[in-house]
Order: sequence, then C-alpha cells, then structure tokens
Amino acid sequence: MIERSSLFDFVTYAVMVLGLVIIITPFWIVLVAASLSLPEVARVPLTLWPSSHLMENLSAAWSRADLGPKLVNTLIVAAGVTIGKITIAALSAFSIVFFNYRARMLCFWLIFLTLMLPLEVRIVPTYSIAANALLPFQTLLDATGITSLIEAIAGIRIELNWNLLNSYTGLILPLIATATGTFLYRQFFMTIPDELVEASKMDGSGPMRFFFEVLIPLSRTNMLALATIMFVSSWNQYLWPLLVTTDRPNYGTVVMELKALIPAQNGTPDWNVTMAGALLVMLPPLLVVAFMQRWFVRGLITKDK
Amino acid sequence: MERRAHYRNRILPWLLIAPQLILVLVFFYWPTSQALYWAFTLEQAWGGGNEWVGFDNFMGVFGDGRYWSTVGRSAVYAISATAISMGIALVLALFVDRGLKGTKLFQSVFIWPYALAAPVVGVAFRFIFSPQAGMIGSLNRIWPGIWDPATNGLHALIMVIISHAWLSIGYNFVFFLAALQMIPRSIAEAGAMDGARPARRMLDLQLPLIAPTTFFLLIMNIISTFTDSFGLIDTMTEGGPIGSTEVMVYKIYYDGFKSLDYSGAAAQSIVLMLIVITLTFVQFKWVERRIHYT
Repeated sequence: MIERSSLFDFVTYAVMVLGLVIIITPFWIVLVAASLSLPEVARVPLTLWPSSHLMENLSAAWSRADLGPKLVNTLIVAAGVTIGKITIAALSAFSIVFFNYRARMLCFWLIFLTLMLPLEVRIVPTYSIAANALLPFQTLLDATGITSLIEAIAGIRIELNWNLLNSYTGLILPLIATATGTFLYRQFFMTIPDELVEASKMDGSGPMRFFFEVLIPLSRTNMLALATIMFVSSWNQYLWPLLVTTDRPNYGTVVMELKALIPAQNGTPDWNVTMAGALLVMLPPLLVVAFMQRWFVRGLITKDK
Repeated sequence: MERRAHYRNRILPWLLIAPQLILVLVFFYWPTSQALYWAFTLEQAWGGGNEWVGFDNFMGVFGDGRYWSTVGRSAVYAISATAISMGIALVLALFVDRGLKGTKLFQSVFIWPYALAAPVVGVAFRFIFSPQAGMIGSLNRIWPGIWDPATNGLHALIMVIISHAWLSIGYNFVFFLAALQMIPRSIAEAGAMDGARPARRMLDLQLPLIAPTTFFLLIMNIISTFTDSFGLIDTMTEGGPIGSTEVMVYKIYYDGFKSLDYSGAAAQSIVLMLIVITLTFVQFKWVERRIHYT
C-alpha cells in the first residue's frame, strides 16, 4: 500500500469478501449437504447450516463406493506418477544441461513439444498403445524385416506384447513423461554456476556424484513445488483411469468412483451421501495445496517464465 | 547463456535421458502418428487391414452438420468460460495485490479451486444446480420450469460453463497475482507521485504491465476448455440433453469409445490437435517477443 485512501480500502475489502463468497459457497454447500439427513437434504430451500449426520453419510459413501481400496489405488497412482515425473524430469534435465552432445537440443524439443499433445486430444490411439505398449517396437521390427529374418534363421516368430490395461503400470506409466517438469528442472539447472561444476570436477567427483550430492540438495525447493503440482494433477486424473481400467473393483480410483454416487434420475435423491463422497475425494489434494501453498505458488511462477 | 563446464561421457547422458525419450516416443509420438494413419484410412468391415481413403474421413466429419454445431458450442464454451474465469480472477488479484491487512487469508482461499478435480466440481455443481433439490429448487417452486438443465439444453450449457469458470479461478488467480507482484514497487510509487489514484494505476499501469501474463492465461484457458471440459461434462450432463453440451473432446470420446468409429474419431482428434498446436505456437511466438519490465 502506497497511500491512504479509506474509500478505496473499503472497495478493496468489499470486492475480496465478494470473491470469498463466490469461492467458498460451493465448498460450504458440499460440507453442509454432507452433514444432512435424507429428508433434510431433500428439503427446499436447502438449509445452509450443518446438521449432525456427517459421520454416517461419510461411512455410507465409503461403503457404497468402496472408497477404502479406491483411496489406496489413487494414492499408489498419485505417488507413483509424482515420483516418476520428478525422477525422470530431473534425470533428463541433467542430461540436457550438463552434458555436451550434439542431439541434446533435439531431445529437449522432442520432450518439450509434447506440451502440444495433451492426453485428451490423443485418447483414441493412446488407448490402443495401452493394450500393447510394445506395439511400436513390433512395428519397427516388422518394417525393418528383422522379424522375418529371425523367423527364417531361428524359426521363432517374435510377438512383443505387453498389456497395460487393468494394472498400476498402465495407470502410471503413460502419465509420467513430463514436459513441464523437464522444463522447470532445466531452467533451474541453467542457473547453477559453471564454477560449481568445475569445483566438483576438480575435487574428483564424477557426474552422478555431482548430481546426487550437489544438484539434488540444491533443487529441493523446486522439487517440492513440482511435487505439489504433480500430486494434485495426478490425484485428479479422470479420463485416463476411466479408459484403462475395466476392472473397476480392483483398479478404480476415487475420482472415477464418484460418478457412481450420483443419485439416479428416478432413484432416492440421497445427495447427502454423494456430497460426503465428494468431500472425501477433494480433501487430500486440497490439504496438500493448502499446506504447500508457498512452494507451489513459486513453482507456478517459474513455469510462467 | 551457454554453459562452459560440461561433463564428458559418451553413454551416460543417453542412459539418463532414455527413459523419458522412450516414454515420449511410445505414448506421445506413436499415438499421434497412429491417429494420422487412422484419419486417412478406413478399417474394412471384413478385416484385412486398413484401406487408404485420403481425405474421406475428414470430408465425412466436415460434412456432418452435427460436428459443426459441436465446434460452435466449443467456441462459445471456450470464450465464455475463459472470459468469466479470467475476469473474476483478475479483479481478485488486483485487489489482493494491494496487500491490505488480512489479505493473506483471502489469498489462500482464492487458490482452493485449483486443488479440485473437474469431476468433483461437476458432481458438486450438479447438486447445486439441481432443479429439484438444494438451492435452485425454491426458484422452481415459484416459477415452475424456470431452471431445468436436465431437459433444457441452454440451461445445461450455462451450468457447465459456470462450473468450468469457477474451477479455473484458482489457477488464473495465482498467475495474475504472481505477475502483479513482479511489477517493481517504484513504478507504482512514481505513478502515485504523479497523482494517479489506486484505481487509475490499476487501469493504466498494472493492466498494461501484466499484458503478457494475460495473454499466456488466455491461451492456457482456451486449451483447458478443450481438455478439462471432459470431466465436467461426463459427470454433469454426459453431453446431453440431446447433445446440447457435447463439445469436441466429448464427441471424440463418444465416437471413438461408444460408437467405435476410430477413423472418424481420429480425424476429429487431428483437427483438435491442430487447434491446440496452433494456439500453443502462437503462445510461444508471443513469449519470444515478450517485453520484460523487471
């Protein structure tokens, strides 16, 4: 604040309170509805004050959508994707920034340009890949004639097949490649002074030792920011789990199960249970964002540059 | 800035980058090339591989009136959701940036929507906008049929757009606030010294200075209406009633996985891909020429 202006301060608070109402109302309605009994939630207009049935609605949602195992699945997938993305982004950025080989810019662009191909625009063909992740290699072998060559020599026909449907690998692996993460790490690694590299070289450390003992500790803040963003986005994945899991009971995630809690058109309008389910599903990423806000905001800012 | 100190090794850098390169090739470039292949071929009904059909699939898609109404709907969706969300987020960020007492509390709440999954928001807003229950129900008691997204297509589209706009407020807010806070304080002080009141400074100083971020967000928001809309629409309306909330991504999903028309879906994917690539490219071009004030 530069000068005093009580009128404008009043406007400022008024606008911020209005914004607060816009943002908080949906959260509040979900929370209130999740605490109502069935007759209470069906009443019109809706009460805007919580009632006492929160626990029973939570447990109803928990058992109806079988949320226990689904939460475990979601946690495994979110953790797997987050760790995978960070590892793979750090390694690729390290390779691109600290080694001098001719194809490194090509590699960087190959990774970076995937920003232009979000999952949603390539779902149909990516799904066929998930049915057999080795299909590209099989096609390559077929096209180069290696398959027929080996068949002629050894009498064995190579059939590469690796089905990713209904498996944690299938839920995790296709989401791990990350242009954003690689870009963020690259930006950070570029700010490491040359002197640091030379000093550790002089001390006789090899590249991997430099990576683990200098770069990783230095990039801890970036890692936290990236981890927050990645965790939220992978917890919230919807379309991909929907496609690769036909075996819902064993591999379903919480976000996709939520749809099953919506009351049927002519069924009991037990929205209180639905909202209790929504509350459970939204809570983990919300807590992560609330607690990690400082780092995550920094991460997003660096992404912009 | 080019780095002078490098490590020398022939194999190690390739080993380090190989995992990501393999993933990118298998899950990004291969499917994209497959989409191209499918878009220009047609699977024969009795098997025996795909037949080259040139632009027939595209002609089929473009000749379909329903496709064009989907495109028009996507455009309306993209423009209105982006405008509402960015507008609200910008106003909030401008006022939060004044840094009055207690602002931190508001600031952290304004980010919350960022944490939510589109389907969660879809389910919550479906209840909030439900014509029978909850909030809107009382309006419908007074004027029956004034709001019914289950049968009225326009109502359904408005409902989805509002939900999308609300969901993106958090993301937009963070970027706007970050951009505003990067403006050097001295510029605002100089403006104040020249007699510009806070409101005047917002309009003539801060807004032009964050123009690059605004443009970046514009592109990101439009792309997100193409991609993130799936979770909302699938939980709220499933494209209905009678296709009135079917946007491009949802039609691709429907044609590909429900109607099993891979060639048609692939052709539509290519079109959507081109739109996203064009938008991203425009964005990069802009970033290159971007003026830095700090």
